[in-house]
Amino acid sequence: MTIWLIILAAGLITYAMRLSFIQIFERQQIPPSVLRALRFVPPAVLSAIIFPELVLQSGKMDFSPGNYRLLAGLLAALVAWRTKNVLLTILFGMAVIWLLQALG
Amino acid sequence: MQPHELSTPSATTPQTEFLRGVRDELPLLVGVLPFGLIYGVLAIEAGIPPAAAQAMSAIVFAGSSQFLMAQLVAVGTPALVIALAAGIVNLRHALYSASMAPYLRRLSTPWKWLLAYLLTDEAYAVTIVHFSAASSAAHGDNPRHRHFYLLGAGLALWSAWQLSTAAGVFLGRQVPASWSLDFTLALTFIGLVVPTLHDRAAVAAALSAGLMALVTFSLPLKLGLVLSSLTGIALGMMLERR
Repeated sequence: MTIWLIILAAGLITYAMRLSFIQIFERQQIPPSVLRALRFVPPAVLSAIIFPELVLQSGKMDFSPGNYRLLAGLLAALVAWRTKNVLLTILFGMAVIWLLQALG
Repeated sequence: MQPHELSTPSATTPQTEFLRGVRDELPLLVGVLPFGLIYGVLAIEAGIPPAAAQAMSAIVFAGSSQFLMAQLVAVGTPALVIALAAGIVNLRHALYSASMAPYLRRLSTPWKWLLAYLLTDEAYAVTIVHFSAASSAAHGDNPRHRHFYLLGAGLALWSAWQLSTAAGVFLGRQVPASWSLDFTLALTFIGLVVPTLHDRAAVAAALSAGLMALVTFSLPLKLGLVLSSLTGIALGMMLERR
């Protein structure tokens, strides 16, 4: 089954990341440019996932208020900014989208 | 949480370090348990067989990438692209590895391999605080036992992740689509990314990658994700240099 190959490959890649500097590069200094690039990995990758999830509805960009996911996502981003709490962000965002679905 | 205040340096043993790691990890499990549950539900909704969904939590053992993989499986993304996308999302673990390396340098190879497996976001977060506090407090603390702290924190998280995944896999078939639980993916990432936007360079990296992802979304093989991420990283580095 393909799914098992995917899991094994992703597992190996992830494990290699975790082991990398602990084992393989243990005696080497990390180049400063690599460290600087790594800092931007989470915001860049995660935003590249988030934006289409919020904006694209059935493959088309939708910036209207009728796009509940965009609205709920923006409000959840405010909660994330104020609280820095992932769980609260999720709970709040889900509450908003359920409310919008119930009203709409 | 201030683990160093609790330590009585002369009394550190493998057991006390291990238990301290477990105890410091407990508050983070409050956030982790729902994630595992939601991941299990999402994986089943994506059509992943229960055994494979559970195995992913044991083999990949990295929440956000597992969410992404379930999502990509659901839309029929090619296997190689899914594995690479998971690798990109998990690149940050190389940073954790780099930051842990000085503290684990003296350990045997089996220890290093075991602790690397347990090096998740949440285990790293508490351990790096403990290690840097312990090393600056210096003298009495016994560095020979320090790695048991990471073992405790890592195993606490590992158990919570496996159990909550199992609960989600079990519930998966009973959760209706109208609950929009897949939306928790975007919300999780929003919760993770927004607090990292400390400066203009990070904001620019996030916005440029996000906008690029909208424009490149229709590219084959999810190449847009890679292209967008590289765009954001490059712009962030350029702005930071000034």
